[in-house]
Amino acid sequence: MNDINYKKIVKKYAPKEKKLKHAISAFLVGGALGLFSNIITTFLNKMGMSIKDATVVVLILYIFLATLFTSLGFFDDLVSKCFCGLIIPITGFAHSICSSILDYKKDGLVTGIGSNAFKLAGSVILYGVVAAFILCLIKVILYG
Amino acid sequence: MTYIYSFLFVGLVCLIAQLLFDNLNLTNGHITSIFVILGALLGFFGLYDKISYYVGSGASVPIMSFGNLLYKAAYYGYKSEGIIGIFSNMLQTTSAGITAAIIFSFICAIFSKPKN
Repeated sequence: MNDINYKKIVKKYAPKEKKLKHAISAFLVGGALGLFSNIITTFLNKMGMSIKDATVVVLILYIFLATLFTSLGFFDDLVSKCFCGLIIPITGFAHSICSSILDYKKDGLVTGIGSNAFKLAGSVILYGVVAAFILCLIKVILYG
Repeated sequence: MTYIYSFLFVGLVCLIAQLLFDNLNLTNGHITSIFVILGALLGFFGLYDKISYYVGSGASVPIMSFGNLLYKAAYYGYKSEGIIGIFSNMLQTTSAGITAAIIFSFICAIFSKPKN
């Protein structure tokens, strides 16, 4: 078999990347999460809760649902279907903590769960704190 | 109207993240770190407050609001307590998200068995 034929065959059987489909589903799922947070906040605000408290309640609700679905086992299927629509909202943060706890649960309470819980979420906290600290210092030096 | 704006804003953020993920071959750790730093930068330039004025509570859903809240809490701490305030106030407003994630995932992980 010559070289050109081989490349053609590889191209034929390589998995096609569905970039457009992924982008559309990420847009729709992320948008739906934003929309529902606004609807729930408005509802709680009418019940007599302040907007600030209602926002925190919505975030806690999303985190609870993400951890529940992860531990029941079907959140990973949802993530593989609409990837960034669920990773970029706060559900991705909860999912990364919960899934790394589940993965290392067999190694015991301290060496498994304790030392591996922040394996993925640690990067979010570390770079968030470092960036906020540096930007805060810049703001203090420039504007006082 | 805030409903439509929040749908469009969160959707667009997820769309940009998905395009970056597909075209640059990054892992999801890279993507979330980039967006947290981006959120802190938007907070630094004062843009995130303007966005959340139009978008409402939908602006707090993407991980970008994490960086924005960290920056705002640190600067507020500097204003009220000086340099020490940056260290003692940094995680104040984001603690709800971190605490809820730790508590719920610990409880769920204790009572469930991993699949596969």
